[in-house]
Parts: sequence; structure tokens; C-alpha cells
Amino acid sequence: MNDILGTTGLVLNEPLLWEKGRKGRRAFSMPRRDVESFPVDPAVEGPGPDFPDLSEMDVVRHYTRLSQWNFGVDTGLYPLGSCTMKYNPKTNERQAALPGFTGAHPLLPGDLCQGALALMRDLERYLAEITGMDAVSLQPAAGAHGELAGMLLIHAYHHRQGTPRSKIIVPDTAHGTNPASVALCGYRPVAVQSNDRGILSAEEIAQVMDEETAGIMVTNPNTLGLFEEELERIAQIVHDKGGLVYCDGANLNALMGMVKMGHMGVDVMHVNLHKTFSTPHGGGGPGAGPVCVKEALEPFLPVPRMVERSGRYALSHDFPQSIGKMGAFYGNFGVMVKAYSYIRTMGAQGLKRASQLAVLNANYLKERLKGTLDLPYDRPCMHECVFSDKHQQKARITTLDMAKRLMDYGFHPPTVYFPLVVHGAIMAEPTETESREDLDRFIEALKRIVKEGEEDPDLLHEAPRKCKVRRLDEVTAARKPCLAG
Amino acid sequence: MKEVNELVLPDDVRYAEDHEWARLEGDKVRVGLDDYAQDQLGDIVFVELPRVGEAFEKGEVFATVESVKAVCECYLPMGGEIVEVNQALEEAPELMNQSPYGDGWMVVVNPRSVSELDSLMTSAACLDKLKGEE
Amino acid sequence: MPYLPHTEEDIRSMLEAVGVKALDALFDTVPGHHRVREDLDLPRPMSEWELNDHMDALSRMAATGPEYKVFLGAGSYDHFIPATVSQLLSRSEFVTAYTPYQPEMSQGTLQAIYEYQTLAARLLGMEIATASHYDGATALAESLLMALRLTKRSRVAVSSLIHPLYREVVRTYLEPTGHELVELPYLPTGVTDLSALEALDDLGAVAVQSPNFFGSVEDISAFSALAHEKKALFVSAFTEALSFGLLKSPGSQGADIVAGEGQSLGIPRSFGGPALGMLAAKREIMRSLPGRLVGRTTDLDGKRGFVLTLATREQHIRREKATSNICTNNSLCALAGVMYMASLGRTGVRELSRLNYDKAEHVKSEFKKAGVVLPFEAPTFNEFVVKFFGDSKALYQRLLEKKIIPGLSLAPYYPELADHFLICVTETKSREDLDALVREVTP
Repeated sequence: MNDILGTTGLVLNEPLLWEKGRKGRRAFSMPRRDVESFPVDPAVEGPGPDFPDLSEMDVVRHYTRLSQWNFGVDTGLYPLGSCTMKYNPKTNERQAALPGFTGAHPLLPGDLCQGALALMRDLERYLAEITGMDAVSLQPAAGAHGELAGMLLIHAYHHRQGTPRSKIIVPDTAHGTNPASVALCGYRPVAVQSNDRGILSAEEIAQVMDEETAGIMVTNPNTLGLFEEELERIAQIVHDKGGLVYCDGANLNALMGMVKMGHMGVDVMHVNLHKTFSTPHGGGGPGAGPVCVKEALEPFLPVPRMVERSGRYALSHDFPQSIGKMGAFYGNFGVMVKAYSYIRTMGAQGLKRASQLAVLNANYLKERLKGTLDLPYDRPCMHECVFSDKHQQKARITTLDMAKRLMDYGFHPPTVYFPLVVHGAIMAEPTETESREDLDRFIEALKRIVKEGEEDPDLLHEAPRKCKVRRLDEVTAARKPCLAG
Repeated sequence: MKEVNELVLPDDVRYAEDHEWARLEGDKVRVGLDDYAQDQLGDIVFVELPRVGEAFEKGEVFATVESVKAVCECYLPMGGEIVEVNQALEEAPELMNQSPYGDGWMVVVNPRSVSELDSLMTSAACLDKLKGEE
Repeated sequence: MPYLPHTEEDIRSMLEAVGVKALDALFDTVPGHHRVREDLDLPRPMSEWELNDHMDALSRMAATGPEYKVFLGAGSYDHFIPATVSQLLSRSEFVTAYTPYQPEMSQGTLQAIYEYQTLAARLLGMEIATASHYDGATALAESLLMALRLTKRSRVAVSSLIHPLYREVVRTYLEPTGHELVELPYLPTGVTDLSALEALDDLGAVAVQSPNFFGSVEDISAFSALAHEKKALFVSAFTEALSFGLLKSPGSQGADIVAGEGQSLGIPRSFGGPALGMLAAKREIMRSLPGRLVGRTTDLDGKRGFVLTLATREQHIRREKATSNICTNNSLCALAGVMYMASLGRTGVRELSRLNYDKAEHVKSEFKKAGVVLPFEAPTFNEFVVKFFGDSKALYQRLLEKKIIPGLSLAPYYPELADHFLICVTETKSREDLDALVREVTP
């Protein structure tokens, strides 16, 4: 089985941009100068930035080499929990690159961009249908942005009721963006703990819910990969005291076509197009975090909103109760095109099957690995499962060591040290686009790594060995930050 | 991470619940973070200290200490005014790891009431508590 | 089904390994009455070829073909993007990678973003820059929130000539936490009224955009000096990043923070997004910055490498006390930006920005000869305000029929300038295009 382990390859060193090039070089075809030169007021003219001068070959080799130091979904299995690193279809890229889309100025008169508007309107409809909600805004540029929008919507709702509130309930398993978004809106987060089954209990919520609480932020399935079975009752408790329910839709990949969040009492949620809907992560974005709401919150949605007037689409600002604008224009349209293409490719049956297989893959991983790694919640999971490094503590092997060694085996590690409720958490989300053989290889590799940890722990402590660099000094990077060259 | 019996908990200081230590020096009190805290935090990368002259109640956050992956809020073990701040920590936060009771001190306080020190734990009591938490 | 590799045999054997009879049974933890009974009401799936046809048709329903001459700017700019940038950017090791939390296998993204931070800082004349924000508007909003945190004050002064849509975003961000926004009016000369700032006190930040929404260059030095007298931080905003190829950088004029839009740097307009929020600042406020930062370091063998750093500012560690809630940013757009800046180089960026300036000046000069009113005298870069002859609505319609879009009507944003237009001229317009525009607007 030695063929699993990463091999070596010709991966070249490459200097920083300003360490190469020669004065006068250029990688840009300057457009023809067909106008005369006009004087520039010396009071406003500057010397221009000190950019390096590079030839086209310099630039091409630079980025080609840099790309070879990276690992993407296209390279290998990338089981990051709650990130949904599924395959990014190439046809989506072709659609987003169409000149009719890339060349569209956002302030074109409505009649001259009906194609883009129609696409956005349809995407809104599809997302409303999939989530079981009534209205959608595509404006938020990422999940956290969608969360902020959601908090602002809740804030506006209560303000309108004349009863501004001050707190939001946030589970201890919540992604860090949740309490951060809560705070950005001026609310105080009130933490609640999950029960010993790993989910929220309605009684716990009932104890903290009061008329000062604007609502609750849940993630379903939660970050332990478990379905929040008591959500409907929790929603009732929150609603009874006049609060609203926000659902972080990062884990929607478990539920498409199987469950509609809107039917479980959720009032507002965001979805992540760069997770569930296959748009690529790009090394950290751009993504998109559309927010979906029930009718009661519709008046507060960000403007402009899509309206239809005699068969034509238009963007209207005529919504006096709107929370305002989240971004300068309408959201990440280029990302929307990819999500739209994905939904048109998969269809209803395809999306449902995707969720089913995502859950199957995660349960398969869980069953096959639970002997090897500690499984704190030995129950059916949804699209992701969480292990810990408890069994490895005796050998003084940590989650970090196993993660680093996984790289040598050609896999991106799962999410580590999150959620915080599990010590040394390893959160694995394989997604539905991974085949059984690739999962088996991953399982095999982890088993070997655990064994290496018992027999030859330095292999883990010194890992990774096959990457461009070895473990990095993050301490000095934080003590003496060097953020520019 | 150290085992409990490997921790250094000197007798000449008192310990707060959250692992700050306090040493009476004349009529002032010197404060820092104990060996358990620095060991748990790992390599300290940044320390945010108060300004001289700032006053705090007992239990108020007076500083934050950061490692690469964590942030720790420090609570003043007694009420008082800050009279000295360890400037060396700006360039060398690692002093808190290397010498938590010596060069890694954080602040010197003019205490409102020296008797507040009595409610802090002795070295033995602190050790017992840590053993109990295992 | 597309992208799903499982065969019936795979499914059967995996179900067996899990100990469950059918796929549906995997969802037994979902209360029965929540299970969706009907199929989702979505259009039937398309093959790749049907999708191509469908998308080709949709994309054609836009004024983007070469026959259209669109003189629009206002935060979204038409610039040439080299084929090298598009090609290199499409490398899937960049595109399909995640945030570089595991730095050893993400050195490509990390070095590239470190290079972006460096060139962005140089462009803006500042010491450090973040790894990107969603767009110029949110970068500005986050800067103001940071300035308020740093100064512990509750009020900001914002020029009324900052992009109107940016100001709306700022309002959305500042309102819930009860911060006060004061708008600085503008003078008949088309620049912000400095004297209006004199009267204000207790400010956490002052923000002015240059070139401003009317395209005019503002006296950033004067504003930053006055802001500093008031112990406020000065935030310099921008929407056209390319302008700093020619104009003085905000950093060289005393800005503490610079926030704006980098879409001009190799990113297509794409109906407004994704964009590139740029944020740069003085090093001394580094630990208050929102957003990701890449830092340089060494590995166990002493080799140079890069990591995300100062993460304790961020949401995944600091949670509700984080400097921002931002997680996913616009990394791939930052990559496009640095590829573009690297392709242009020092002399190239100067030459290209000068070309933008000269083309715009050419139109301005021809307009003046034709008697078109140019109300503002201040220097401009590639955007400027005009007032055409007679009925502006009728003229606009007439030009539209000739497939010319003569700028953006200011009516929705500045009702007092209802018959004025904001025109943008970039290197993408030929002499013929420019002369046709002048010809068509002259009565």
C-alpha cells in the first residue's frame, strides 16, 4: 500500500515578484495611443507605484510555479467540515466567462441587461424553493455577510415592532462568524450549550428565551454534523416570546430536497453558494451568501430588489423599510452565474441525490473510522462527522500531527480544532462528489497514520515532508509580523 | 503541555482563580500570569497592557495575552491603579513564557486594599485545585 | 447524474457498511413530518450542451457587444484584461483551493496574496494592506468601524461626494450600533467643502473620496491635516484604483487608512460583482485591521514561507470581539489584481493611466469646443461631469438608439444636478468612439 504516500515531483522555487524582472519589461499590450497628450496639474500628479517590471514569460512562469505549490479539490480529497468542498464543475466557469455577463456594467439601463436580471430572478426563485422560504436577496457577498444581513433584518423587524431587543442566543457549537455578526449588529450573544446528544434541547432554550432576546441563531445540521431534532419546538419557544429564528445554512448540503428549513420554523437563513452550490472557493473567495426570508421579513430585505413589470425585470429601490445596502451593487453576480448553472444542471432529482450521497459518504467515513479515531457522538450523522484525538493522547499524538501527516498522503486534512466543544476535534465532510475508492484511500491513509503514530511518531511530528515547505514558524509571524515586501 | 506536578508555583506569590499571580512588594503589588497559564497558552505573541494611571476594580479585565491561536483575558486580582507597566513585553512577549514570575511580569498596582490579597490562593491551594481539575 | 460517481453497487455496499437499508433511512433523525414529500419545483435538468445554448442566449441579452459604446464608470470600470491574467487565474490549483489554513499545502495562494498586499500597499502609498474585502463600499464601512473602535468615538464625517451607493452601505453598517454619520456638503466647484469640517468636533474619522464621485481630484492633504487636528483618523476612499498610476497616492497625502475598489485591476465588471475591496493602513494600527493578513516567515528548515497571521483579530478566535465577522473574502479577485499589476509593471501602469487621462481630456476638450458645459474645474482622471444641450432625457434616448450610453445620469443621486451626466472614458475607447460621442451630442 506504499503507493498512497505522496511522491516527489519537480516543484520549483520561485522568488517574489520584486525579486525578479528587469526595468523596462512589460507583460501588457499597451493600447494604441490615438489621442494627443494633455498636461497634468503638477499639484495632483504623483510618481506612480513602485511595481516590478516583468516580461510576459516572467509572469506566466511565476504563477504557474506558484500554482504547483497549491492543493485544490481538483488535486485530491478535501474533506473540510462545514466547507462543502465538492467538485467545481468546469461548465460553470465557461458560463461565468461569457462576455455578455463579464462585460455587463451594473448601472446599465434595465432594458439593456435583461439576461442578467432574468438569471438573478430565477436564482432567487430556485433558492426560495430549495429552502422553503418566501423571498430572497442575492446581495450578500459571503456567508458572514449574509449573517450580518440576517441580523440587520431581525434588528429592523423588532425596531418596527417598537420593541428593540438586546440579545441573540448563540449555541456553543456555532461557527465564529455567528457571534461576530451578532456583535456587529449591536446585540449581545448569549451562549447556550448543546446537550449530551450533541444537539440543542428545547428546555435549555426555554430557560434563556425572554422578551429581551431578539432571537436565536442555529446551524442545521449543526457543526457536529447532527440534525437539530428539536428545532421545531425551539422555534416555537422563540416565537412565543416574539423572537425570530435565524438559520446558518452552511450545512445545507445535507438537506436539499429532503427537508425545507422554512417548514421548520426558520424565519431567515443564508445559504453559501460556494459551499452547497458548487461555486469554487478561489483560495478564500469570492463566494456569495444570499439571504432567504419568510414573508414577515420581506419588507426589510436589502435594496435594490428584483421586480417584474409587464414581463420585464427591473431593480427597484422603492422599499422604504429596507435595511439598506450590503454592498455597492447587487452581490457577486459572477458567482451567481455558476450556482445558477449548477442548479440547471442538477435539477430537483440531482440535488436531492447529491444530499443523500453526501450523507451516505459521511456515514460511511464515520463507520469505517470509528474504531481508529474516537467518535464522541456515536449516532447517525448528516453530511459531516466529528472525531477527536482522545485515543492518540497516550502516544502524545495530536490532531495537528495527524493532519500534517495526511498532507504527505496527498489529502487535505479535515477541519481541525473546530467545533470547540470537542477537544482536538477532527471534522470531516467528504461531500457527494467523492467516489467510494477515494474514500477508502483516505480511510486507509488515516489508519496507517494512526499506526505510524504508535510505532514511529516522528513521522507525524516532522510532517509534512512532501510539501513545498515544512511546518512554519507561526509564532514569529505573529510576534514580528512582516506583511509586505 | 506540562503535567500538573511539573508546574512551577512559587511560594512568594498568591494565585487568582484565573491564574494571575500577585506579589506584595512593599505597599505595591506586582501581577503576572502563572506557569499553568503560560503553558496552556503556548508561545505568547502579543500582550496588550493598560496605561499607567488606569484604575480597575477587582476582577476587571486589565490586559489581554495572545498566542497564535488563542486570546486570554486577564483579570486584575485586586482593585487599584496601575503604576508600572512592563514595556519589555512589547518587543519580547516570550518573557511571559520564559520567566513568568520574573522578567515576564505584567503590571505593578497601587492596591486599594492590600487585604484583597488574602483571598487569593497560596501555592499549595493552587496546586490542589489543579490536581482536582485533572 | 452529473458529478455523482456512485454506482448502484457502490451505494448498496456502502449502505451495508453503514448498517442501513436505503438512502432514505439515513435521514431517520429528521422528524417524519419535516420530510419533503414532493420533488422540488425546479426546471428539469439540462445537458452541458443545452446549458451552453441557454446561457449563450441569456448572455446575449445585454448591451455588451462591441457595437455598444458604454461610457459608464461610477464604481465599475471597463479596462482591458490581458489573456495571461484570465488564463493563469483559471488554474484550478488556485481556483479550487480553500482558504490557506493549512499553509504547507497552500504556499501558492499565500505567496501570491503576500505579493498582492505588497503591491496594493505600494499603489496606495501605505505601509500595509489586507488580503481583500468584498468591495470598495464594505472596505470603507469596515474602515470607519475600525476608526471608531480605535478612537473610542461615535461620530464620523463623510463627504457627500463619496459614491452614493458606498454611503448607503456605510449607513447600513453604522446604524445598528448607534454611530452618527455627518455628511460634508460639496462646493459649486465639484469638491468637498473643507470649511464644513472645521465646525465639527468629536469625530472618530473623516472620509473623503478622491477622485470623487464627480471624477474630481480632492485636496486630500488638507483634509487629512484638518482631521488630525481634530484627533480623528483620516480615511481616503477611491473607486478607480488605476488613477494612482498617475495621481498622488493617498498615503503620500497623510491618509491613515485607505479603502476602495480594485475592480479596475484585471477584474471584469460582471454586473457589479465579484469585486475587490482594498484596505490599506499605517502599520501602527495593524492589530485592529479587519480581514485576513498574510505574513512572511520561515519553516523548520529555515526556508522562506508564508502564513495567515494575526489571526487572533478574526472571528474564528475572537468571536464576538473580532475586528470583523469576515471569513470568506475575495481572494481570487486579489490574485487577479496582483497578476494585473505585475503584468503592467511600473512603467506600464504609468503609461496606461496616462492614456486613460489623455483620452478623457480629449473628450473634455472637444466637448468644450462644442459648447457642452463642464461645470467643475478641478483636475479629473478618467471621469467627469457634463451638462448636455437641451432635453437631456431625449438626448439620452437618441444616443441609446445609436447604441451609445453617454454616461450616468446624476438625477437619482444629486437631484440638484438632475440634467447632468457622469461620463467615463478609458483606454478601451478608440479615437473614433470618442469623436462619435462628441459628434452625437453636439446639436
